[in-house]
Amino acid sequence: MTLIRTFLKRLVSMLITLIGVAVIVFFVIRIVPGNPIAMMLPPGAGEEDIARLKALYGFDKTLPEQFLIWGKGILAGDFGTSITTRQPVMSLVLGRLPATLELSIMALVMAVALGGALALAGTRQRGGKTEAVIDVTNGISLSVPDFLWGLLFILLFGVLWPVFHISGRVSPALDLPFVTNFYLFESLLRLRFDIWLDLVSHMFMPALALAIPLAAIIAQLLKQSLKETMHLDYVTLARTKGYSETHVILREALPNAILPTLTLVGVQFTFLIGGTVIIERLFSYEGLGNMAIDAVINRDLPLIQGIVILFAVIFTSVNLLVDLTYALLNPRLRHG
Amino acid sequence: MADGRAAAKRQINSRLWLSGSWLLLLVIAALAAPLLAPQDPLAQDLFASRLPPLWQAGADPAYPLGSDSLGRDVLSRTLYGARIALVVALIAGSCTCILGAGLGLVAGYYRGWADLLISRFIEIWMAFPPVLFAILLIAVMGTGLTSIIVAIVVIDWTRFARVIRAEAMSQSAMDYVASAKVAGRKRFGIMVVEILPNVLPTIVVLLTLEMGIAVIVEAILSFVNLSISTDDPTWGSMIAEGRASIHQSWWVLVFPLITLFLTVLSFSQLGEGLKDHFDPVLR
Repeated sequence: MTLIRTFLKRLVSMLITLIGVAVIVFFVIRIVPGNPIAMMLPPGAGEEDIARLKALYGFDKTLPEQFLIWGKGILAGDFGTSITTRQPVMSLVLGRLPATLELSIMALVMAVALGGALALAGTRQRGGKTEAVIDVTNGISLSVPDFLWGLLFILLFGVLWPVFHISGRVSPALDLPFVTNFYLFESLLRLRFDIWLDLVSHMFMPALALAIPLAAIIAQLLKQSLKETMHLDYVTLARTKGYSETHVILREALPNAILPTLTLVGVQFTFLIGGTVIIERLFSYEGLGNMAIDAVINRDLPLIQGIVILFAVIFTSVNLLVDLTYALLNPRLRHG
Repeated sequence: MADGRAAAKRQINSRLWLSGSWLLLLVIAALAAPLLAPQDPLAQDLFASRLPPLWQAGADPAYPLGSDSLGRDVLSRTLYGARIALVVALIAGSCTCILGAGLGLVAGYYRGWADLLISRFIEIWMAFPPVLFAILLIAVMGTGLTSIIVAIVVIDWTRFARVIRAEAMSQSAMDYVASAKVAGRKRFGIMVVEILPNVLPTIVVLLTLEMGIAVIVEAILSFVNLSISTDDPTWGSMIAEGRASIHQSWWVLVFPLITLFLTVLSFSQLGEGLKDHFDPVLR
């Protein structure tokens, strides 16, 4: 009962936040000097043409009217028409979303694997040289943001020792038989491992750049909670029963130590998704973020609005999901 | 245990020293850039374009770290870039700190509708992808140093507000606040005289971290060509140019990248070191 009430409360809060985001983005981008229509006109267009084009995109109405029209459209699933491509914003944005989702999820998997492995290794070797090395590596990985890791990887694995592709999502020469834009997923389903490998080779560096700061956070926090758990009586009991140290860490300590890390990963995952904007730009990866920057440069107002709203929906949903998972997993909240 | 504590202290100290020295060096380089730079950072010389750094064949000693595709000196541009980076770090960092910490204090101490409002704004801000938000703001305000600083303040105040709000809330529940109330102090007085000094260490740590973030944001904005102007020597614009010509002249990317890397790392290590330094358990 309380769980449902918490859920509903969070849902309402999420909606208010989304409305706030919509209001802010709508009015902020309309302070832009320079008329978006002016950029679309051929030289020598008359007053009449300008007025007609303005009316077509609704720029002849007052701002509050424009906002209401836009809001009504969203509720009906219509985000307007992109000014530069003249296609519906919805289909443009949904066409790019899979690329960004695949990149983010791959980065998340890498971060969990890397961070988890470091935490376990650090706990296994605690007090020794290995732990000190892990701590220093963690400190540096935490301090340096994804943008710089990306640049570093471009230099190391794109130029000095060119093993990965440094730009794009897939080699243009490849013939893609796909019906969805989830290339990575679909290439597996279709057993096209050649395309899959090509995709991974393009994604590996941007995903790793996004993953490293998160991996460091996971390693730090999980190691901390593991260390605390290792001092508890039931762990000592398991050890006296003669289980190996690895067994004790994996089977006894880990399940109890993982909850704080899990919530943190959820919150940090939204930061990772936010990071895709610049990382996609850096690696010329054809995702949402790259399209967003182009939209800003081209003053494509409807497209900018659509992308920002979509990001906000993703962020708030991830947070909602994390809260729910936490409530479900934490017995104190479950019965509270 | 005492040994472990001494070791931890030594580690903190060396971290503070290393990062502090690099930042000091950077400040000196920025101040003395006109004396140190071998060339005018804006001077183009198409006959001296894409010269490699000194230790490679075909280098020109007048361009110790090589030159870019327009024949501009990489070393001089990196030195002058430090000026812009440090100005942004200092001004944007402090303004963000004042706005964010102020709002956080008010929300955490006064609670009530002020807290409701501020917390709601924080939540809305958290739903924006920060880099995209920054790019949007620059597109709205136009490029330039002031725009960058304003954009950083507008985006990053929540970092301070979130943490300081929570700290102020836990401080408000302490006995010393209650006794100040009994002694007849006004609420605003309590917030400034009693609570602020107790959250100050946290503010200093956050400020140091924020300076590193400001440097990165500036570099990212220059990278997408939205920073100051395309000509001005910023690390971000050098990196953008280096990224574009990476197969012809790697040095255009490498030197500003290393400088940026060390600077961001130093700010962050300084912040983390200060955090441990202020930590009563380790002290």
